[in-house]
Amino acid sequence: MEFPEDLKYTREHEWVSLDGNVATVGITDHAQQQLGDVVFVELPAIGDRLEKSDAFGVVESTKAVSDVYAPVSGEIAEVNDDLPDNPELLNEDPYGDGWMVKITLSDRGDLDDLMSAEEYRRFVEEAAEE
Amino acid sequence: MRRTPLYESHKRAGARFVEFGGWEMPVQYRGILAEHAAVRTQAGLFDVSHMGEIEVSGTGALALCQEIATNDAARLAVGQAQYTLWCDETGGTIDDTILYRTGDDRYFFCVNASNAPTCSAWIAERARGRRDVAVRDASDETALLALQGPNAAAIAERAGAPELRALPRFACTRATVAGVACTAARTGYTGEDGFELFARATDAVALWDALLEAGAPLGLEPIGLGARDTLRLEAGLPLYGHELSREISPLEAGVGWAVKLEKGDFVGAAALARAKREGLARRLVGLEIVDAGIARADHPVLAGDERVGAVTSGTKSPTLGVAIALALVRREALDAALAVEVRGRRLSAKRVALPFYRRSSSDGGN
Repeated sequence: MEFPEDLKYTREHEWVSLDGNVATVGITDHAQQQLGDVVFVELPAIGDRLEKSDAFGVVESTKAVSDVYAPVSGEIAEVNDDLPDNPELLNEDPYGDGWMVKITLSDRGDLDDLMSAEEYRRFVEEAAEE
Repeated sequence: MRRTPLYESHKRAGARFVEFGGWEMPVQYRGILAEHAAVRTQAGLFDVSHMGEIEVSGTGALALCQEIATNDAARLAVGQAQYTLWCDETGGTIDDTILYRTGDDRYFFCVNASNAPTCSAWIAERARGRRDVAVRDASDETALLALQGPNAAAIAERAGAPELRALPRFACTRATVAGVACTAARTGYTGEDGFELFARATDAVALWDALLEAGAPLGLEPIGLGARDTLRLEAGLPLYGHELSREISPLEAGVGWAVKLEKGDFVGAAALARAKREGLARRLVGLEIVDAGIARADHPVLAGDERVGAVTSGTKSPTLGVAIALALVRREALDAALAVEVRGRRLSAKRVALPFYRRSSSDGGN
């Protein structure tokens, strides 16, 4: 399982990559493994405003339906248009071509709540032991 | 939670597990889509040992089978099987089963895992005081493996049972597969050709390992309950707890062909006859979801703004590439333009004929 060092993570198994004031968001390798084959992805519209922890998208595997939550507050700047037609990208490349949305931050303070790669790795391992 | 004799084998094969009907069962190994495709194009092996087997024997066996189940057991010759349902007095479904006739006065029902205790008690109650029939729950000592897919007969041949290729659909016979004595039936729950093999629980690991080895060159791989569900749904086959329940009769669920009202009295016959006479209030239909999205069990079915039913099972069909669903829809809305409400969104749906998927070739069996 991969936990890229340069990303930040949430307890809901999203990752965040920061470029200036824009956060790219996706689901983690652990999340896609837990979901299994993803067959449907629902994304928000550009310009949608989100509060941190709002559900902004839906990821469905053959068996399960999962909401995806905004790790930060802000406005949707871009969505990955390839995903709806190629939902398997979430399984194949969750940190790359499987990115979901880009959010223009409204409050950089939100970033303080995110986990480092090491913290997230421990979080996943502890959850697995329970 | 209960485990089948193959639990350790599944674990070693990298299975992910899920709770199903009180059992800890493999939900997937390689991935649901890959496993689904393997069964459609080559072959898959399922451990369904969680299912129950209830033996009925004696000169009164046929009479008890006739009384308890909806199909006409008198039509079964030795070595034949039939799909049949158990109903309660209201016509609600207690379970859907396959009844196998293995001897002149010997039958057994294969029942769903989640219903096995109920079925066992239900039939024991009706057998009580009868001296001409014996009922025995053989579930614990019996393992059940399903070998399914277009290569199933070729794999059986490689496993030393070439005679199974000639076994007709819904027939059963004693056989030795990979050195293991079993009852082999040309039945299944995938919409493909294949066999179900009932063996002693103590032989389960040997049979499983030998079949996987014999079948490897023909693409055989283990399949979990995840793909079992997408396969049966594409084939339009009901799953108890979804399309059938104590609240849903076999007539409503579209399996009225297995209800033989003319055969004589049986439990639920009066209620089912009345329902048929008065017209069914709702019917199970096949839906294809036209708008982007996947309908799932319990999502409302709409005609206009009115709720006219509910989805019983839904998935994205791996074979067809579209979202499909089975739904119970009220009679008066059967011809209306239908939609499904998915998380507050309205997705238009069109009625399609069942099954969603039908295999093209008929290599053996059906």
